Amino acid sequence: MRRFASLRMASAGLGALIVLVVLIAAIFAPLLVPHDPFAQDLNARMVPPVWMTGGGPDHLLGTDQLGRDYLSRLIYGARISMLIGVATVITSGLIGITLGVLGGFFGGRVDDVVMFLITARLSIPLILVALAVVGLVGSSLTVVVMTLGLLLWDRFAVVARTTTMQVRTLDYIAAAWAAGCSRSYILLREVIPNIVHHLVVVATLEMALAILLEAALSFLGLGVPPPLPSWGLMISEAKDYMYFSPWVIMVPGVALFVLVLGINLLGDGLRDMLGATRDA
Amino acid sequence: MSGQAPHPAPILAVEGLRVRFGGGTQAVRGISLAVNRGETHCLVGESGCGKSVSALAVMNLLARGATRSADRLAFDGTDLLPLSERQMARLRGDKMAMIFQEPMTSLNPAYTVGSQMAEVRQRHRGGTRAAALDRAAELLAKVGITAPGLRLAQYPHQLSGGLRQRVMIAMALMCDPQLLIADEPTTALDVTVQAQILRLLLDLQRELGLAILLITHDLGIVARMAHRVSVMYAGRVVEHATAAELFAAPTHPYTHGLLDCVPVPGRTRRDVPLGSIPGTVPRITAGFTGCAFRERCAHAMPVCAGEVPLRERVPGHAYECFLPADWPQRSAA
Repeated sequence: MRRFASLRMASAGLGALIVLVVLIAAIFAPLLVPHDPFAQDLNARMVPPVWMTGGGPDHLLGTDQLGRDYLSRLIYGARISMLIGVATVITSGLIGITLGVLGGFFGGRVDDVVMFLITARLSIPLILVALAVVGLVGSSLTVVVMTLGLLLWDRFAVVARTTTMQVRTLDYIAAAWAAGCSRSYILLREVIPNIVHHLVVVATLEMALAILLEAALSFLGLGVPPPLPSWGLMISEAKDYMYFSPWVIMVPGVALFVLVLGINLLGDGLRDMLGATRDA
Repeated sequence: MSGQAPHPAPILAVEGLRVRFGGGTQAVRGISLAVNRGETHCLVGESGCGKSVSALAVMNLLARGATRSADRLAFDGTDLLPLSERQMARLRGDKMAMIFQEPMTSLNPAYTVGSQMAEVRQRHRGGTRAAALDRAAELLAKVGITAPGLRLAQYPHQLSGGLRQRVMIAMALMCDPQLLIADEPTTALDVTVQAQILRLLLDLQRELGLAILLITHDLGIVARMAHRVSVMYAGRVVEHATAAELFAAPTHPYTHGLLDCVPVPGRTRRDVPLGSIPGTVPRITAGFTGCAFRERCAHAMPVCAGEVPLRERVPGHAYECFLPADWPQRSAA
């Protein structure tokens, strides 16, 4: 048991470390990059990374088909991934938590409406809607964030709704009513702080999902438009060259995998930690 | 309600209170009770008889789907029936406070004790947070908590059950209420702590002139705390009297049955089985008439299915039964 606990702590710490590193890379990208991520150098195309023959210290992760420094593009790509992840979670979180908490707290008609919206949302296929939106509006970072933000709120709503229903019937909520607290006070100050630890976990999962979806959309050419260095776009652009230069697809792929893994580990860890103090 | 002559203005006057649930269950069927200033009024009865629902109905805190109606519901001369939810909220926690059965879950785990206590004070009385925290510390000391400053900064999970119930009591007193509704405040606590909490309530009542509506199923607590007692059965007050009267001359067969269930050291004989009341409380739906206890009553008669009269044994002691006031002596003879 003890060994399990420490293992969990270690994995949560690893997750936190990964997320932190990516976050720092994203925030301080202009200070960290060795080259301009948009600067093309046709004389130095498809330079392999430093650990492969032909690679050099000038381009640590090599260059792409246009001679752009891969490490610099990867670091700037972290910006886009984190931006998409955070902005999507904020948008979808606001929508989902508002709907879920209202439905769970008030029940009755309000809940019927919320449940209908959740069901309706669950019946919408994400990628198809994204396709349609991009087809109508054209692709840009904002469009991707808005599309994902407006579509990924269902899990927030479901979790917020059920946890609110549980919390609503607890004695301390009854005690708050008996102490003369208003409805809005009870909603905002009594209910939400006591469901927030569930929502944090959903937020991490949704963030990982949003980052993956952005990569998928960019890979399909529906996401972030070139020449922005999105990881998904990097994979997409690299797919034609992966037969002879496999690193061009491996580098952003591994980055994506590690970031999503890190976010999920962090989320699991947070769930265990926050849950443990509650049950004590 | 008759026989309230010595106390002209009860702090809480309830007449003909009814509570109906969505499924047609009548949880409370026209009860009347009066809580006088500085007195403890005990509402006694077994589980499901409508004690807690009555208290919640007074506070207008019934769950969704329950409706209340009453002929009169007055607190300190104010009619509570026409008050809006907002006006009611202003009274709750201020002039009338409530403490609950489960101290382990009655405090919000997300806030410190001090923050929760200060919130109540500031909500009703305004003032600075610092002043509210001073008041909280003072009350924690009053309810017998040592190192109140330390406790204020602690979270509920750091406190034991007894401590939490003391915190709940202190929190209820934050705005100097005139009426404290205590819904089985000691049921979840062990016997020693229970005795401490009851003593605390008695002391506070003496000191602050608090009126207490104490809901309990424990006749030992009634004997210790109550000035007046209302015995509830299936949503009706079947007998009410001063505590001394009730224990000296219980008149309703249900009260009798309840008292027979309690062993008395020195008087209860080892070889005689302790009394019990057969059956369970019936579920009362619309159209029910007569005495709800008749199915379980040893003295039931055909008339019991009709309207039951409220009889007065002595002024201030009334019971709802066809039996004459002196039936216990007659049946003993």
